[in-house]
Amino acid sequence: MSSEPMQAKTDVLVIGAGGAGMYAAIEAARAGCRVLLIDRSLIGRGGATVMAQMTVAVALGAEEPDHWSHHFDDTVRAGRGLCDKVLARLLCEEGPECIGEMDAWGVGWARKDGRIAQITAPGHDRARCAYVDFINTGPAVSKTLRSVINRTGVIRKAGDLCVVDLIVVDGEVAGALALQLSSGAPVVIAAKATILATGGLTRLYQRNSASANMGGDGYALALRAGAELIDMEFVQFFPIGHLAPRLIGMDPIMWDPFRYKLGGRLLNGAMQEFTSRYGSDESGRYILTRDLATYAIMKEVEAGRGSPHGGAYLSFQHCSKHELQAAFGPVVDRLAANNIDLTKTAVEVAPIAHYHMGGVRVDAQMQTRVPGLFAAGEVVGGANGANRLSGNAITEALVFGRRAGRTAAARAGVMRSQPLGSEGRQPTLALIDGDSSGREACNAGELMQNMQRVMWNDVGPFRTKEKLSRALATFNDMTRQLGELPPNGRHAFDLPRLDWLDLRNMQLVARAVAQAALQRTESRGAHQREDFPALSAEWEINQLAYLSGDALHVLSSPLVTSEVTR
Amino acid sequence: MTDVAQLKIWRGAHRETGRFETYEVPFEPGQSVLDGLRWLRVHRDPTLAIRFSCINANACKECVIELDGKAVYACTARLEAREMTLTPLTNKPLVRDLVTEIAPPSERSSG
Repeated sequence: MSSEPMQAKTDVLVIGAGGAGMYAAIEAARAGCRVLLIDRSLIGRGGATVMAQMTVAVALGAEEPDHWSHHFDDTVRAGRGLCDKVLARLLCEEGPECIGEMDAWGVGWARKDGRIAQITAPGHDRARCAYVDFINTGPAVSKTLRSVINRTGVIRKAGDLCVVDLIVVDGEVAGALALQLSSGAPVVIAAKATILATGGLTRLYQRNSASANMGGDGYALALRAGAELIDMEFVQFFPIGHLAPRLIGMDPIMWDPFRYKLGGRLLNGAMQEFTSRYGSDESGRYILTRDLATYAIMKEVEAGRGSPHGGAYLSFQHCSKHELQAAFGPVVDRLAANNIDLTKTAVEVAPIAHYHMGGVRVDAQMQTRVPGLFAAGEVVGGANGANRLSGNAITEALVFGRRAGRTAAARAGVMRSQPLGSEGRQPTLALIDGDSSGREACNAGELMQNMQRVMWNDVGPFRTKEKLSRALATFNDMTRQLGELPPNGRHAFDLPRLDWLDLRNMQLVARAVAQAALQRTESRGAHQREDFPALSAEWEINQLAYLSGDALHVLSSPLVTSEVTR
Repeated sequence: MTDVAQLKIWRGAHRETGRFETYEVPFEPGQSVLDGLRWLRVHRDPTLAIRFSCINANACKECVIELDGKAVYACTARLEAREMTLTPLTNKPLVRDLVTEIAPPSERSSG
């Protein structure tokens, strides 16, 4: 064990520098707080926001008359009865303000005749989705928020800081213990309020559209600090992730906006339309929601009618070269660099893990059940119920981030800073820089691949009791194989140690997903049980996960049913 | 259709004491240098230090290294069936192996 760890102190600590974390930091700073924004990766680069290429759903009424209550109705309908209506309302009602503020900050929403352009994405009753051309929504949002943060001049930022555990003092979160990746040293951060903005868990799956830091660490941090998770069984699979040919320099979910614009056709291995066999005839339009499209493609593959790499074809061959050029812009050249000419060939697509509807349970102020701990963005559960509506993720990041920043600042404003005791901290410090040399190291990289394979095969789009039980047994085994301490001693960019710390979180989160999925004996939205194929009215309830000691519990709980007045 | 690239990779925590190690990486045409580095971490040496987040989208811009002396993104440079020399950026402080301090000083946790 080394000497005293480095210390940092702040009013508001924001963990995760994606859209939600950056907006939260800005809002808390506006309220006059000292803010420390940290990320395990680099600031404003590593989260999911920067990868979002699609659209932002918001009832601006720029394209046609709209009202947040229409957006709310669509959100709740997509959520298949499980949305936390308080959170869904917040998302829809405050979305226009945040999108307006982003506009004022110069994000560059695509415009038509001077007003913000909006298109109709699947599941929306009208043109409601704003975007930044060309497939540049996420990078523009990230860049804008980074600029605003830099302009404020008062927000401290620190990348390469991976939080290993939250510090809990007398039942309240009082900061975090982190591993500084660039040195391998531990850092103790004291904070009056802490906001988790760590994103989702899609890295748990073999096929995903995630960045490497979407391993669900926020869920594990929240659980170990005493917070509850809600609806962990609902993982959204994005139906038309890029599968083949190998395409580099592009996000695998890139095809969706082009389907909106051009109505790309989904075809099976025999180049025939097939979605009508699964209850939806698209006839060239793009109206299939994500859960139905995933189902249709996977069933077609199962029946032996898939494309060569095990997916479906997506074809734009009905479009003229001119139409393609207008819709794809400079992306045409990037495709050409990958030897893809859409006028001549169809690409192959298949479902990939994309987003997590479940997550940390919070109230309308983004407060968890643990005082001092707040959450924002994808790490929050409940707003999207059993299936997220297209375009709601960025809106949620901005709205929930702003709200969390405001609430955390209010807490910090009334709290006296308290001395941070050091009791109970040793076990986490040992994980960060304890010396475990002489112990046989597990191959964390291999264990991780194994976990991703099991999650994909057994906790993926189609589930059964048998598969889920098998997965849980594997995860329990894996927890034993991991052992008590990570490999190696302290050094810079120690990836085996980081992999181990990630797996410590991932096995816990994977168990929460599998356990909740095993208990939910029905099919609803993104949770499809082949042994319980029908939706059951009895299951119009949430499930809550929490830790009691080392034991993970998943219990059912009545819906959050607050009435929503319009 | 598997080819093999020889990745000659600079390893070390100090510029003066570093050394090159060469690894053979099987690949299919179209794969990126980052694909090769990630394969190495799972199958050959988990301690190889590389920096990346988004894996494939070229959105995070974190995987910048030098390939044959030229700065590239590892996620968009393609593997080729030849010896490819990979080194950390020469104009940034070294962290370890292929990882350098690429964030502006105000966004680093150290210094």
